[in-house]
Amino acid sequence: MSHSPLIASLTRHKLTVGLLVMQVALTCAIVCNVASIIGHRLTQMRTPSGVAENELTLIESVSVDESANPLARHDADLAALRGIAGVQSVAAVDSLPLSGHNWSNGIAFEPNGPSMTSATAYSGTPEELRTLGLHLVAGRAFLPEEYISLDAAHDWAGINHVPSTIISRALAEKLFPGKDPLGKVIYPGDGPVRIVGVVEQMLRPTLDESESNGYVTLFSMLPDTASITYVMRSATQDRERILQQARRVLTALDSNRVLRNPQTFTHLRDDYFRRDRTMISLLLCAAFALLLITAAGIAGLASFWVQQRRRSIGIRRAVGATRRDILRYFHTENFVIVGAGVVFGVALAYGLNMLLMQRYALERLPWFYVPAGALVLCLIGQAAVLGPALRASGVAPVVATRG
Amino acid sequence: MLGYYAATAIGSLRRSKALAILMVLVIGLGIGASMTMITIFHVLSGDPLPGRSGQLYAPVIDPRPLARDRSESPEPDGNFTWPDAMNLLRAKRADRQAAMAGGAVPVRPTQRGELPFYETGRYVTTDFFAMFQVPFAAGSGWRSEDDEARARVVVLGSELSHRLFGNASAIGRSVRLKNTDFRVIGVVDHWNPQPQFYAQINGRVFGKADQFFLPLQTAQELNLDFNGRFSCWDSGGDARTSDHCVWLQFWTQLDSAAKASAYRDYLRSYWREQQAHGRMPRPANPQLYGLMDWLAHEHAIPDDLRLQLSLSLGFLVVCMLNVVGLLLATFLRRSNEISVRRALGARRWDIFLQLGVESCVIGFAGGVLGLLIACLGLWSVRQRPDGYAQLAQMDLSMLFATFLLALVASVIAGLLPAWRACRIPPALQLKTQ
Repeated sequence: MSHSPLIASLTRHKLTVGLLVMQVALTCAIVCNVASIIGHRLTQMRTPSGVAENELTLIESVSVDESANPLARHDADLAALRGIAGVQSVAAVDSLPLSGHNWSNGIAFEPNGPSMTSATAYSGTPEELRTLGLHLVAGRAFLPEEYISLDAAHDWAGINHVPSTIISRALAEKLFPGKDPLGKVIYPGDGPVRIVGVVEQMLRPTLDESESNGYVTLFSMLPDTASITYVMRSATQDRERILQQARRVLTALDSNRVLRNPQTFTHLRDDYFRRDRTMISLLLCAAFALLLITAAGIAGLASFWVQQRRRSIGIRRAVGATRRDILRYFHTENFVIVGAGVVFGVALAYGLNMLLMQRYALERLPWFYVPAGALVLCLIGQAAVLGPALRASGVAPVVATRG
Repeated sequence: MLGYYAATAIGSLRRSKALAILMVLVIGLGIGASMTMITIFHVLSGDPLPGRSGQLYAPVIDPRPLARDRSESPEPDGNFTWPDAMNLLRAKRADRQAAMAGGAVPVRPTQRGELPFYETGRYVTTDFFAMFQVPFAAGSGWRSEDDEARARVVVLGSELSHRLFGNASAIGRSVRLKNTDFRVIGVVDHWNPQPQFYAQINGRVFGKADQFFLPLQTAQELNLDFNGRFSCWDSGGDARTSDHCVWLQFWTQLDSAAKASAYRDYLRSYWREQQAHGRMPRPANPQLYGLMDWLAHEHAIPDDLRLQLSLSLGFLVVCMLNVVGLLLATFLRRSNEISVRRALGARRWDIFLQLGVESCVIGFAGGVLGLLIACLGLWSVRQRPDGYAQLAQMDLSMLFATFLLALVASVIAGLLPAWRACRIPPALQLKTQ
């Protein structure tokens, strides 16, 4: 079948065809970028935090009475929590991945030297590593004699005296690329701190768009702040019960405190990413609506054209065109229009991406979204034109003799 | 004549029902989505303190050492160190000035047997109340001597006052915050500017009102916990009063542009003076942001919302393109009718008007649908957990704007097809019949 009559007929509808091409191009550009944003957010949401997420329950305790020794109080609380049936281990920590409470320090290689990067400082009681389920890939855990107090009363001065740290692999690779970090000395505060271990993965309390989301230092410091988070590890199905019991146990021990945010770690993660989930569902809706509207537009115009060309279709049928020829004609026509739209759309997608990178600090559009988006649009175009095309192929040759 | 056109428009839309419904749906969706986002923007970008915002300025100085780290932000975060805030406060170069920080303390209830609870509020200096025109239900703020004397006084928000004392007067009563007793000297009468412009601008800037206010110096002396970003550089401890940790917000009231410009000069001379003492090594470049500029500069409206707005506008454009195409199709389908009318003496303008009325009818129907969708969209936004969610309400001006947008959009969408259709020549079409 020669395509020249097809092109000729399209040039007679320049305006309509132009509109359709523009619509397809815009849809293609927007959908590609939306898909890339969704993909990026999903990757971020799926990043493992490094802790045993399905086995942890947390409760925050804020002491009102400051005169008591906080370390002794934490020990008493921990002992009581350990007594709850099903609790495998307990730790008191100052912060957790995705918790939002971030204390970061610049990491230098010499006293008062320039900071290489900044990393989150986590501190906790000796059972922290085991309770959180952090996976030590090199070195050792802290020794009991290495623990000192965080000294929150004196502006967290513990950071200047702490002897050892365990860092995340991501930070190790940033600070000592290709070298063994064990035994190396860093300066997160005023004093030297020796790296004694490396954990596989641990996220910071707040994430951002940079690569530093896994830059973490764990210190052998006992948190002595008035506000403390107790973490309990248990079997997944025990978590809700343990949460209830933990509240009762802590209140019974000392009622002069505020218990805040009793929750499972799963809940904490859900909370942290709630906005991203809203955004993803919104973007999905927008992308689907766009595709649907474009499909409806294509179908609407196609059915108009079929109606307008009934006579010429009849004539073509009368002079020997098969139903399949007619069908193929409309599909080819649609492919030419949508294809042209997609070609513009690809260029527009990159342009839009550049604009978004500038205005919203979004990431570059990964290449595979573009052919995928183009393919989806072509398929949708073909599907949308199927109905009108079938109707066209159903036009009887006898129509040519009427009118 | 217009009435007749409207009647023929409805008639012709009836004839091609499917296409008409499709067009109304598409316009409705486009208008609904974009009006939802425009309304949210309209609400969120409102003036948090009408009548006073024009005189409020946020000064910004940069006490950081020279840049060493490429990852470091080139701009200061706008927070102040304790010494700088105290220096500016004591210099009293503005009509009013106040330093402040967000705070959170455990509150011990007055009734026995109840557990303590946590409350968020603000540590401020004396001018805060007058400068921001905080309305008092009872009592007042404190005097500047109380700041220096680190007085144990507190101003309560209406909610907290009610929670602690019920409907009884709170003035003169004592309330225990953390481990110190404070005397209540004032109760604020429902005051909650949105966004909470005077706080550090972050994801929580829309939402709950501060429930207590107490003197900043008192909070510092008692080492009460504060909220928000606290960033330090160099060594020498992370003390809150040190001159290398920024965490305080500072606001000034300057009643005229001349005073604002004078204050900018003062900031520059302050910076130079500090340099003479070996501090603030960066080139002196103080900024003074008006309130609304400050909100824009700090992206008080979350970037995600901006992105959603852009997306919804892009969506509207695609919808409009779609409708233009469909209108063109329906108009051209009626080529016969139009050419007959033209042959009977209708001018191009008449055809144009008739078809224009037809697109208005579609636009009106689309506007109604769009309004419903926008209400639905705003409802769904109100279900979000974000602080701004509760502000997402349709008001009268937005209601009007929705209709206007729908009509303007559909008239624009109808222009091109109507122009194309009114160029259908009369004679030719008659001949082919």
